[in-house]
Amino acid sequence: MNWHGIKAIYKFEMARTRRTLFQSIVSPVISTSLYFVVFGAAIGSRITEIDGVSYGSFIVPGLIMLSLLTESISNASFGIYFPKFSGTIYELLSAPVSVVEVVVGYVGAAATKSVILGGIILATANFFVDVQILHPYWMFLFLVLTALTFSLFGFILGVWADNWEKLAIVPTLVITPLTFLGGSFYSISMLPPVWQTVTLFNPVVYLISGFRWSFYENADVAVGLSVMMTCGFLLVCIVAVWWIFKTGYRLRV
Amino acid sequence: MSGESPVLQVENLNKIYDDGFEALKDINLEIKEGEIFALLGPNGAGKTTLINIICGIVNASSGRVLVNGYDHVTDFRRTRSLIGLVPQELTTETFESVLATLAFSRGLFGKPPDAAYLEKVLKSLSLWNKKDNVIMTLSGGMKRRVLIAKALAHEPRVLFLDEPTAGVDVELRQDMWQVVRELRASGVTVILTTHYIEEAEQMADRIGVINHGELVLVQEKARLMRELGKKQLILYLDDPLPEIPRQLDAFDLQMGSDPDELIYSYDSQANSTGITALLNELRQAGIHFSDLKTKQSSLEEIFVDLVKRIR
Repeated sequence: MNWHGIKAIYKFEMARTRRTLFQSIVSPVISTSLYFVVFGAAIGSRITEIDGVSYGSFIVPGLIMLSLLTESISNASFGIYFPKFSGTIYELLSAPVSVVEVVVGYVGAAATKSVILGGIILATANFFVDVQILHPYWMFLFLVLTALTFSLFGFILGVWADNWEKLAIVPTLVITPLTFLGGSFYSISMLPPVWQTVTLFNPVVYLISGFRWSFYENADVAVGLSVMMTCGFLLVCIVAVWWIFKTGYRLRV
Repeated sequence: MSGESPVLQVENLNKIYDDGFEALKDINLEIKEGEIFALLGPNGAGKTTLINIICGIVNASSGRVLVNGYDHVTDFRRTRSLIGLVPQELTTETFESVLATLAFSRGLFGKPPDAAYLEKVLKSLSLWNKKDNVIMTLSGGMKRRVLIAKALAHEPRVLFLDEPTAGVDVELRQDMWQVVRELRASGVTVILTTHYIEEAEQMADRIGVINHGELVLVQEKARLMRELGKKQLILYLDDPLPEIPRQLDAFDLQMGSDPDELIYSYDSQANSTGITALLNELRQAGIHFSDLKTKQSSLEEIFVDLVKRIR
């Protein structure tokens, strides 16, 4: 195992966060605060409670997930796409690092940043509403699993993308709508029965539901199913990354 | 001096790209430890593809590469840690500092941090006073030095320099040649591709010529210049000649760029160069000259001639 290689990639990626502190940390915190102002204050005054939890508190897990998903994807995808774009990928391809080491370095750094961000958003939320965490270990597990899974997904996206537009299109046109429609700001039990069934095909529903359960013991789907779906998606991403490096897809000709 | 054991062996290497382009055709090559090997060839000949396959950036279609006896696919950790690559393009990180990017390169290749070694590398490339500079603020020449420093950061035994002095001013080029000589003196094997034939002539122990994906020649530089090079006798005539007299046809003389120059090409290794006979014939023909000089053809002339012949 090339531990020095993993550490080098990890440190390099974390240094990028320090250089772009505003973009990486401050910007999502500001946008989350705005969500609290708009959704919590404006809509929250009309919807007082969902499943016995105040609306402001109810949306906290969904808001964290929203940032976690988009930031995990954008950090990991940018991390591997930029060396491809600038040409510095030659160094990574010619180095004695294995697939596992490259992925651990890039995805580990992206997931770390996302988990830190999740913690910051949680702390920010405490300024606006009361937040209870009934199952802190489960909450942390969901946080880490989701950050890892979507960082891996972002890594795949970064390898696949061959221009900036493709890099932005998946988070903008796929992830954000799925998150908004996945119960970030409402319980899916509030939807008509047909749409409840349709919503179950959205994988983000399971992440948000499981994560919200760890806070308030309120879930749209069974917690076990949430864990299974998250692990399943993680497995799919791992297999895809393994295939990418085995075949050299979009990396080696 | 060059050792005899091969540090790099390329066996029956072929590369066919997805679009059917055959970039390399059955390449066989051995590089001895500690030598400077120059790979010459026109644009698109396959130089960079060959280097990229050896370094693991491009997959070979068939054949194999051994570095220090280890297969570069199955033993990629051992082989890649022995190799350093300076790419042709100026591909550096943009926002990192010089020292940070070197530390990254060293770590990536599995070496523990060594501040003293990195300082030594930076000083040898006159980069020490730029160590905290962000790379995007450096000039092109300085970025080229950073690329060399990055390639050396993990103490490689084999260094590939793909067009190392392209776009570099004369002074910097001389500095880099000095660095390469010092690397060779420390036992590093250097393989370079270059468009500046003068570079190969100045530094290389051996020359390889690649054209249309085929390695058409591998030769000791001195022997190559001796065997394929021509020697010329240039005579500066008192009076320009309207044309070369028929009685001198046997000498296959050529007029120079100036009408008062007469050029005779000969084989300096032959038993008889024909110079005495030529001078006698000139005297009999009443052709007088005021000065003369001899000239050995350069590696560039040999290379151009060789590539023309292959075409």
